[in-house]
Amino acid sequence: MARFKSKKSGGVPAINTGSMSDIIFMFLFFFMVITTIRENTLIVRVKVPTATELQKLEKKSLVSYIYVGLPTKKELAGSGTRIQLNDQYASVNNIGDFIALERQSRDEADRRKLTTSLKVDLDTKMGIVADIKQELRKYNALLISYSTRKANEGKLFSGQ
Amino acid sequence: MRKPPEINTGSMADISFLLLTFFLLTSSINTDKGIFRKLPPPADPTVKPADIKDRNIFTVLINKNDRLLVEGKPTDITMLRQQAKEFLSNPADNPELPEKKLEAIAMLGEYLVSKGVISIQNDRGTSYNMYIKVQNELTAAINELRDELAMNKFNRKFDELTDPDLINAVQKAIPISISEAEPVDIGGQQ
Repeated sequence: MARFKSKKSGGVPAINTGSMSDIIFMFLFFFMVITTIRENTLIVRVKVPTATELQKLEKKSLVSYIYVGLPTKKELAGSGTRIQLNDQYASVNNIGDFIALERQSRDEADRRKLTTSLKVDLDTKMGIVADIKQELRKYNALLISYSTRKANEGKLFSGQ
Repeated sequence: MRKPPEINTGSMADISFLLLTFFLLTSSINTDKGIFRKLPPPADPTVKPADIKDRNIFTVLINKNDRLLVEGKPTDITMLRQQAKEFLSNPADNPELPEKKLEAIAMLGEYLVSKGVISIQNDRGTSYNMYIKVQNELTAAINELRDELAMNKFNRKFDELTDPDLINAVQKAIPISISEAEPVDIGGQQ
């Protein structure tokens, strides 16, 4: 009778791991969807200054960005400080149109809360920043945020 | 009939895990942080600006070499926070420092609100870095005063308050009173 003995010899049956990859792929897609990829490719060099008294920008959909700094490609855009709106170089006069467009693409209820985040390089002179601020005032975009990085309390003044 | 051999899918999970960690590491959920300000509405040329008494103004001038002149005296930026705090709180009721006005604020009761205004003026040649540092110090002064008040009344720091009524009360008691003059062009732009 030994000839008909079952070949299986006890032991725990193996767990099927075939669906494991599906679960992980689901994770993967979840993360790919929720992470936002930077919306603009920078064509100006921006290194924002450091500060300690920071506030977070709450709603990212209600923020429009203005970049100011030296162009990354000097041979194309010169060596002076330039403003970047969306994907291209702009002058101070274009800010009005830019703000109007940004407003139009938002819900009517949210338009008042539209914040302009100024990402300005730390070597920039205040003249151009003042011009931008005057322009924003003119078009009633009054909420602004000077974009900064977090500084360690002790290191704030070491750069001077 | 013979069954075709099954492909081993055990390592599939490892591969997708690898992809997952790759995306987790490379995609930064970049949170934008900054110093918030509200610009004044467009100036109306027909309305004359209100006169403010000299004792109620704390002038901060930044020149094109990033040097500070605070209340007419050259000052180092490390001293600015302390001076601004003293100006805004005026603890000893010094007649040189700003007046206070008794105001009824919900949740706080009667509170002496300072009439002091900090006025910043910079040159067009001032560096943005210096300007942000000054703004940061002044914001820090206001935040410290708010923290002290919140600690006194509600036993919590200002940014730990959750009740919007309490936050409003503290904001009303110690407003962000920073005004910016139009920049002058003395140093020339370059």
